[in-house]
Amino acid sequence: MSKFAKKKDGDLPAVSTASLPDIVFMLLFFFMTVTTMKDSSLLVENTLPNATEIKKLEKKDRVIYIYVGKPTREYQKVFGTEPKIQLNDKYASVDEVGSYILAERAKKPQEIQNVLTTALKVDKDANMGLIADIKQQLREVNALKVNYTTYEGNAFNNLQ
Amino acid sequence: MPRRKGAPEVNAGSMADIAFLLLIFFLVTTTIETDAGLDRMLPPMDPPEDIDVVIKQKNIFTVNINRNGQLLVEDELMDLKNLRAAAVAFLENGGDGSCNYCKGRKDPASSDNPEKAIISLKNDRETKYATYITVQNELVGAYNDLRNREAQRLYGDDFTNMEAEYLNPETPSSVRDDLKGKVKRIQEMFPQKLSEAETSTN
Repeated sequence: MSKFAKKKDGDLPAVSTASLPDIVFMLLFFFMTVTTMKDSSLLVENTLPNATEIKKLEKKDRVIYIYVGKPTREYQKVFGTEPKIQLNDKYASVDEVGSYILAERAKKPQEIQNVLTTALKVDKDANMGLIADIKQQLREVNALKVNYTTYEGNAFNNLQ
Repeated sequence: MPRRKGAPEVNAGSMADIAFLLLIFFLVTTTIETDAGLDRMLPPMDPPEDIDVVIKQKNIFTVNINRNGQLLVEDELMDLKNLRAAAVAFLENGGDGSCNYCKGRKDPASSDNPEKAIISLKNDRETKYATYITVQNELVGAYNDLRNREAQRLYGDDFTNMEAEYLNPETPSSVRDDLKGKVKRIQEMFPQKLSEAETSTN
């Protein structure tokens, strides 16, 4: 009997927590590696359309991004609601796309300058006129590889 | 009661709470970038002029999208849901009989063989981007359906899987070399000829 009685008056046995810092660090490292910091904040609304036949964009250093969409709400008073192009951190007109691509291309190392892809992140409500103008600009600077960035999902959901 | 030996342990029961707090914070703030999409090649600015190609009308599959998102396929109004099947039927028609893996109707009024079949996509300036992407998706899907079918027959795997693995930089190079030939062969069976003409203005 005394064997059992002994436990009652003692303190709660502490759980060994020596490995908890390891767990926290593991989590921290995991998220540090998977988190990608956004290098530019979005000035345009960017709800991408859905598609099923998509390919992953590998090698992020070989991609140049162009955003298109309506200005976000806080900029709508100044810039209106017509879809606009965003290059880096500011709005741009169509004629600036070509020089932007050339400038971005010049920043990349020589050996990958020929294999760059232009990722078009276009809001689903934009109309094709603007996209056609961008495509024309891209053709003029010979940036022919484009990727229409989309979410993965049923393409027919776009039409609703 | 005898005193315990050694330094008293710090009560670390709340460490788990801290860990969870961190976990939840990162879960909420992390956005895993969606960098996938439809790969397309734009036509070069000035086409090579020395080649004078005559393309027969029957080898061109015209798809027109108007400003309301309606489709005109080969001069007939078509629902978007039927586009993929129509494109597949056109691509593997095999009218001249030179394509021995095609399972089409061999209609002489449609395309000669997949090598010559061209899909031409035109759109209006007012067309919604979402509609355009849906049409692109269906047309690329038609090619992928055919390529998958042939890849299944020849290698027992989907073309899209093989291509994704081939393009993935983490795939060992020995596997990649093996896949390269296969992917190339399937691509040559159904070459993707999707022309995007300049947008019409009316």
